[in-house]
Amino acid sequence: QPLFEAEFSEILLCKNELHETLNNLSHWMKDEHVHKNLVTRLDSAFIRKDPYGVVLIIAPWNYPIHLLLVPLIGAIAAGNCVVIKPSEITKNSETLVAEVLPGYLDNDCFAVVTAGVQETTRLLENKFDYIFFTGTSCSPSVGRIVMTAAAKHLTPVTLELGGKNPCYVSDTCDVQNVARRVAWGRFFNAGQTCIAPDYVLCSAAMQENLLPALHKAITDFYGPNPRESPDFGRIMGDKQFQRVQALLRSGRVVIGGQTDAEERYIAPTVLVDLQPSDPIMQEEIFGPILPIVIVANVDEAIDFINSRERPLVVYAFSSDDKVVNQVLERTSSGGFCGNDTLMHVTLTSLPFGGIGNSGLGKYHGKFTFDTFTHHRGCLHRNMGLEALNALRYPPYSQQKLGIIRVASEVKRKDACTLL
Amino acid sequence: MERMQEVVGRARAAFNSGRCRSLEFRMQQLKALERMVQEKEEEILAAIKADLHKVGHNAYSHEILGVLGELALAMDKLPSWAAPQPVKKNLLTMRDEAYICLEPLGVVLIIGAWNYPFVLIMQPLIGAIAAGNAVVVKPSEISENTARMVADLLPQYLDRELYPVVTGGVPETTELLTQRFDHILYTGNSTVGKIVMAAAAKHLTPVTLELGGKSPCYIDKDCDLAVACRRITWGKYMNCGQTCIAPDYIICDPSIQSKVVENIKATLQEFYGEDVKSSPDYERIINKHHFRRVLGLLEGQKIAHGGEADEASCFIAPTILTDVSPESKVMEEEIFGPVLPILTVKSVDEAIEFINRREKPLALYVFSNNKKLIKRVISETSSGGVTGNDVIMHFFLSTLPFGGVGNSGMGAYHGKHSFETFSHRRSCLIKDLKMEGTNKLRYPPSSQKKVGWAKFFLLKRFNKGRIGLFILALLGIVAAVVIKVSFG
Repeated sequence: QPLFEAEFSEILLCKNELHETLNNLSHWMKDEHVHKNLVTRLDSAFIRKDPYGVVLIIAPWNYPIHLLLVPLIGAIAAGNCVVIKPSEITKNSETLVAEVLPGYLDNDCFAVVTAGVQETTRLLENKFDYIFFTGTSCSPSVGRIVMTAAAKHLTPVTLELGGKNPCYVSDTCDVQNVARRVAWGRFFNAGQTCIAPDYVLCSAAMQENLLPALHKAITDFYGPNPRESPDFGRIMGDKQFQRVQALLRSGRVVIGGQTDAEERYIAPTVLVDLQPSDPIMQEEIFGPILPIVIVANVDEAIDFINSRERPLVVYAFSSDDKVVNQVLERTSSGGFCGNDTLMHVTLTSLPFGGIGNSGLGKYHGKFTFDTFTHHRGCLHRNMGLEALNALRYPPYSQQKLGIIRVASEVKRKDACTLL
Repeated sequence: MERMQEVVGRARAAFNSGRCRSLEFRMQQLKALERMVQEKEEEILAAIKADLHKVGHNAYSHEILGVLGELALAMDKLPSWAAPQPVKKNLLTMRDEAYICLEPLGVVLIIGAWNYPFVLIMQPLIGAIAAGNAVVVKPSEISENTARMVADLLPQYLDRELYPVVTGGVPETTELLTQRFDHILYTGNSTVGKIVMAAAAKHLTPVTLELGGKSPCYIDKDCDLAVACRRITWGKYMNCGQTCIAPDYIICDPSIQSKVVENIKATLQEFYGEDVKSSPDYERIINKHHFRRVLGLLEGQKIAHGGEADEASCFIAPTILTDVSPESKVMEEEIFGPVLPILTVKSVDEAIEFINRREKPLALYVFSNNKKLIKRVISETSSGGVTGNDVIMHFFLSTLPFGGVGNSGMGAYHGKHSFETFSHRRSCLIKDLKMEGTNKLRYPPSSQKKVGWAKFFLLKRFNKGRIGLFILALLGIVAAVVIKVSFG
């Protein structure tokens, strides 16, 4: 991973989360007192933030530190013990985590488990009180396996999965800015980002303008030969390289397309002349390839998006607010970002997560703390004033009911339930 | 079984048409539900009576009042619940729009239970409709009169394609669970809960499972026993013990055990008179299967009170067991019947240990004049919810999330929590297509200088507060200008 990208995603964003948590933890932990109804007016009613117990965090290989630390921060903040399973594919990060974490954290409460696929399957047979799983491409199927294992113990889960994030570019926009923002999001970490724009939807006319703009952006970013740029990443592992390389066969290469198996290098590539049925349009790309699919207008783009599984994020670019809002309102996705890519995850006040095949649950900032917290409804009543309870006790009578009905009708506006 | 696919398919097509999304439409459906409850009160009460032998006043208080309250709350608050929530922004997104959109999930499935057959369908339904979803409703077939009533009435008042009612038993429910839903809310027991979650896992469907467990009730020596026992008697024997948050068993010091029994006996007399069987206010066990199950729990136990039973009418008298052993059958499963075991412990420490050795219950009760003790029990245990110095009552405060933890369930609902359970919180960030200047610091080629600026913009080292924000804004503008100059 290029240094800047690593610094940005793995370190800066994690520090942000730590600061946010440290600044606010005592407030988040406090009992949350709630509005009371007539009957409970004299009682103490609050939501207690309890830890779940022992939670399992499974991290993926694409941002091996960030996607391990950010959930870990919330799990610790919420008072849980944590079993941490870093990805076995990024060997260096895995070793680093296994060696470094025990030096800083309590060894009984927080354990690192290094495990491949088989051992992870065995790990999942144990009972946990919460499982937090982040997958990479092809993750919906692994997500199902994790949730099925969790079901055996009635363990709640958060699944951060993936999908094909569509990127609609309308005809009215500043093409060069769009090209830069889309290229940045697509080629960051050599495309191995769950929220990367997976494919572009635009009109044939816009494609004409977008291609040279994309070419310029790529050259500005990585120079004429991206292979020599220290800022462009590589594909993680031979298996992934072969998978992504095979996707190049769809459509026609107009920018890039060069590969080198030894370095696991795939050039920043743009493809055109694609059919919705092409292989590259069937799976999350998770590589530095940007296919462009032609649609006649925004309605066709929206229909296209809605005919597919709900993605982690929908992107829409337009200088016309109305167009951006239309795409937002008529589609469904984990999150939405208008006129940029990736940036919605830098705001810790926005919940991050998927919907449908792209996942369930959400985190970042306080949402991570809430994810790992059992919100326990508590009512602490008075032993006195027993006379008021008489209304609820048998023997029941029309009279008692009458009083109850009247009392609750008066309070209907305040939405109170009186018993 | 093609029927299930058709029904769910129709609901999905109806949802995709978009008509259930507008607030007006949702309000209209909620108002229709309110009318239904008011106009058909008699039919509803009659169905519940037929299923559970529950007298009208009781059924009204337990099942209808709560529903009317939830409806009123939802209709009152819907505009504010459904409004986009703006969020705090950072320096980098200061000029952007950042908010959370509350959106419907799609087609949700609600599976009801038989013990409070009307309210356990209606309360989730209200939240699901309010959140803008299509809803497939599956009432429990065991409370067959209520199931029939719900299947009859709902289509008369609600949109028929969006909110279909599906009836049937295990085979029909199994078939239904193979369909894809966007959320499933199931009320019932842990065994079936696991089956529901496993089925949901195939489609990555989020679930809310309202299950059960043995809700412990600790009575401290220092407490007004008469009051405590009256409240416990009410909560334990209502609906003939068939309440998921009924106090399942009592733990107390051996020195007060007999007093507890005396007080409960006295209260039972107050509530149901000399002959419980002839009291119109005492319900029956739902069916023969559960009748035999509950009766079986009495085997080998010391019966301090009650124990009478009549299979023909599924009647089991309010029963108290004393000196119960933790290993006995009655302490293995959720009783869900009018049998109250009392176990003795010598201290609150022992009580806490006892509770913690077992699965996390749906509710936990503790009675004491000592506030510190109550606080301690709450802090050192875990449960879905808690009521101190009473039982059941946390259920009726809709501002408290109602749900379990561990074996007693996952997720929660009631009031606003229902709306949130059935909504997707979608993060939205809308940026300007212009103002490309500040973006330059994130684009390659990178440099140490850029990293420095990135740190500045992202790391929250500044305090909140007006002055801080102002200075931050000023620095932001200065930074933007400097960056434009050096990288532009």
